[in-house]
Amino acid sequence: MPRMDADSSQPVVCVRGLAKRFGDIQALAGIDFDVPAARIVGLLGPNGAGKSTTLHCMLGVIEPDAGTIELRGRSLATHRQHILAEIGFGSASVSLPQNLTVNENLITFGRLYGVRDIRARIAELLEMVELPDVGDRVLSRLSTGQIIRINLTKALIHRPSVLLLDEPTASLDPDIADKVRTLIRRIQRHEGVTVLYTSHNMYEVEQLCDRVIFLNRGRIIARGSPQEILQQFGSESMESFFVQVARGGELIGRQEEDA
Amino acid sequence: MTSSFSWRRSYAVFGRFYFLYRRSIPRTMELFFWPVMDLLVWGFLAIWLERQTEQVPGAVLMLVGAVIYWNMLYRAQMGLTISFIEELWSRSAINLFASPISLPEYLTATCAVGLCKAVISSAAMVLVAWLMYRAELWTIGPNAVWMFFHVLVFGWAIGIMTISMILRWGHAAEALTWGVPFLLQPLSAVFYPVSAMPGWLHPIAYALPSTHVFEALRGTLAGGGFPLRAFLTAGALNIAYLLLGVALFVRTFRHALRRGSLPRLGHE
Repeated sequence: MPRMDADSSQPVVCVRGLAKRFGDIQALAGIDFDVPAARIVGLLGPNGAGKSTTLHCMLGVIEPDAGTIELRGRSLATHRQHILAEIGFGSASVSLPQNLTVNENLITFGRLYGVRDIRARIAELLEMVELPDVGDRVLSRLSTGQIIRINLTKALIHRPSVLLLDEPTASLDPDIADKVRTLIRRIQRHEGVTVLYTSHNMYEVEQLCDRVIFLNRGRIIARGSPQEILQQFGSESMESFFVQVARGGELIGRQEEDA
Repeated sequence: MTSSFSWRRSYAVFGRFYFLYRRSIPRTMELFFWPVMDLLVWGFLAIWLERQTEQVPGAVLMLVGAVIYWNMLYRAQMGLTISFIEELWSRSAINLFASPISLPEYLTATCAVGLCKAVISSAAMVLVAWLMYRAELWTIGPNAVWMFFHVLVFGWAIGIMTISMILRWGHAAEALTWGVPFLLQPLSAVFYPVSAMPGWLHPIAYALPSTHVFEALRGTLAGGGFPLRAFLTAGALNIAYLLLGVALFVRTFRHALRRGSLPRLGHE
């Protein structure tokens, strides 16, 4: 059943003043953003912009120097277990144990998150990702595209209210990437989950995201729907906007920090 | 911070390793192969020693007992350490630590893995020792239980310290997994009494709970009574080492959170 977030304009996630420095590098310079319920929000930016650091702070695996992360009004700093129990995470660069079967992996994470009737939930999710017959197969025997879909299944096993996806289509061919995008949209609708999503693929962002937050050098430089950003900065496409930012070009539109 | 201990989450991590060992013949064989090889080498050496001289009566039982108790310590340490390294090898550490599991729940699970490894491989060794050498280790009675408990806890403590170092230095420190126990073995007086060691090493040897266990093992096999002093000293030292190990792990984990090194574990 889809999650009922009655008012989708209400933010599920509130991030305020999030800052992190690694040595001389200011990875995040005090960013603020909200993620509204049941929306797909893209967290974009060139390499080193601070996207993954933001996700890792939200997952509690990096401790920020300053700032707060709240999920439905609860702070991650004080309610870590409750909040992590509501978040699902998937990434192309983070694996599940390859020497276990799909079922063994999903049972492990189902137990970790206290899922009731794990077998039924696994069957439901494998059906949704169109891999109903791979449960007994060892993960290392699956294709990259299938593994990405199993990663998504793991991220959803406990019916999270927020899904954090770190470049889930990286290194996939266009066909599989398109299938994964379709799947993410289907998951969002079917499970009613709020998705925060990082990607370098601007076509994907235009296709998938309701809103985007554009980071560069640890600062938010733009936010809004993809159309709003294109209008605001007079770019032809998200791709050209991305290239402009990545090459340090002057942005014609009004930037966040000048607002 | 609101957090509560959940046996279910510990069981989830323990179950992950049960799944792994159930399907991996090399991993399961490793539980038996090296311990039995050790047993054969030391057992034959002890038989030869007994035949050469009457200066070392009961050498078989003493050396075989020492090998078995050392194996308990080693398997407890390895069970805990390899469980952590498996997360690095599979590049899934972030999946685990971004879940609601707490550090005590995680450590409980890996200690349980160490306990199972120690029990299974040692039980096999006791059986082989009896079949090959008629070494009846159970003649030491209830002492066998407290000695097992003490080497197990010391193995856990060493294991927790080892994974702390791996957490701090990453893959570069993986060799410590196999190296640390062998650093401790000569200092623990496993196969010889402390008196055989140079005097300046005695304080170091007696600072290890394992030394007191192996000294007590020899004393008990030689017909001594319940070694209360060794029991209490080893217990006190074990509590100290375990607390030190846990404190080190918590500190290193927090340091990793601040440095941002946790997501990079297994990716270096």
